[in-house]
Amino acid sequence: MKAIQELGRNTLNTIRGIGNATIMLFQALVGKPQPLKMFPLLMRQLYVVGVQSMLIILVSGLFIGMVLGLQGYTILVDFGAEQALGPMVALSLLRELGPVVTALLFAGRAGSALTAEIGLMRATEQLSSLEMMAVDPLRRVIAPRFWAGFLSMPLLAFMFSAIGIYGGFVVGVQWLGVDDGAFWSVMQASVEWQHDVMNGFIKSLVFAFVVTWIALYKGYTAEPTSPGISAATTQTVVYSSLAVLGLDFVLTAVMFG
Amino acid sequence: MEARKIELLVGVFITAAIAALVFLAMQVANTTGALRGETYTLYAKFDNIGGLKVRSPVKVGGVVVGRVSNISLDSEYFEPVVEMKISVQYKGFPDTSTASILTSGLLGEQYIGLEPGFMDDGVMTLEDGDHIFMTNSAMVLENLIGQFLFSQGND
Repeated sequence: MKAIQELGRNTLNTIRGIGNATIMLFQALVGKPQPLKMFPLLMRQLYVVGVQSMLIILVSGLFIGMVLGLQGYTILVDFGAEQALGPMVALSLLRELGPVVTALLFAGRAGSALTAEIGLMRATEQLSSLEMMAVDPLRRVIAPRFWAGFLSMPLLAFMFSAIGIYGGFVVGVQWLGVDDGAFWSVMQASVEWQHDVMNGFIKSLVFAFVVTWIALYKGYTAEPTSPGISAATTQTVVYSSLAVLGLDFVLTAVMFG
Repeated sequence: MEARKIELLVGVFITAAIAALVFLAMQVANTTGALRGETYTLYAKFDNIGGLKVRSPVKVGGVVVGRVSNISLDSEYFEPVVEMKISVQYKGFPDTSTASILTSGLLGEQYIGLEPGFMDDGVMTLEDGDHIFMTNSAMVLENLIGQFLFSQGND
């Protein structure tokens, strides 16, 4: 009896949480646009969320591409099919690794920072002070951060894929000796703009929305204590990672299934 | 000064993203494939399509002119019908042309090889929605092996 009640309470709490998160996002994003006020805030957040994540994305993209080149070569060379290295590296990066790994790194690098920042704003009552001054904290604090995350993650995913393919090229062609022309031409023959690049882009848009949303909501509703903020930051990373991996399966099944 | 630096770095960020996108578009993906732009549709009936799939290429002498857009089973004779979308760039194949299902390499993907036939007074060109009547089905390895073994047994 107690266990069932527990289950019911947890379900209700989860639904309430989703509802609150939707209301928060709706109130933050829907309203009269104020481009003059918003633009500098958005710029600042693009810098914090996007530019500062660039280094980790580029470095990990390069290494993942190089590992793909190395691993793919050792398997493909057994079948005399090392020309297929190009499409293998490009397709796995564009379809899966680019959007997914970018989202996971983004959740760890930028999502946790967003949660901690907003949670601390709440703990130090900066959000309440904004309300006292008749400034809506949702419009002023949440909205620019949301747009910055939503815009910058797909761009980061493109960079990740591009530099990953370059990494695969360096290892495959310049180090292991796959033919230069075959690497690119077989890749071009099998990668389609609409089917592969654009579907990867849609994936990263979805991930960007979910990860940024979770990070902001967790920060906004964090308990205003040190353990509360710490727990919220952890939850952001855990929930975002799970959501990204789960959604990735669904999206892959719909797009390429 | 601070704001200018941030704007500069965001500009660098956006430029890098655009550069990555251009790299993907120019170097990695085929944006100039035969499926771009306008296409017309041809149909062909085969006895056996082997491993042909939707989006397999249609080639004339090795040049990709279109792609397979649909594969279905004829409800009357239970024969596979392949629908192909051919780029309007390549129009006017004679209706004496032959469509064969071929394999690129020993283990490669299967594609439709279109062989243009002769052109004569009574010969029409293939227009949108026409059927190609002369077709060669896919080679099925098991059948070939079976025939080979059978002919060996007769000696």
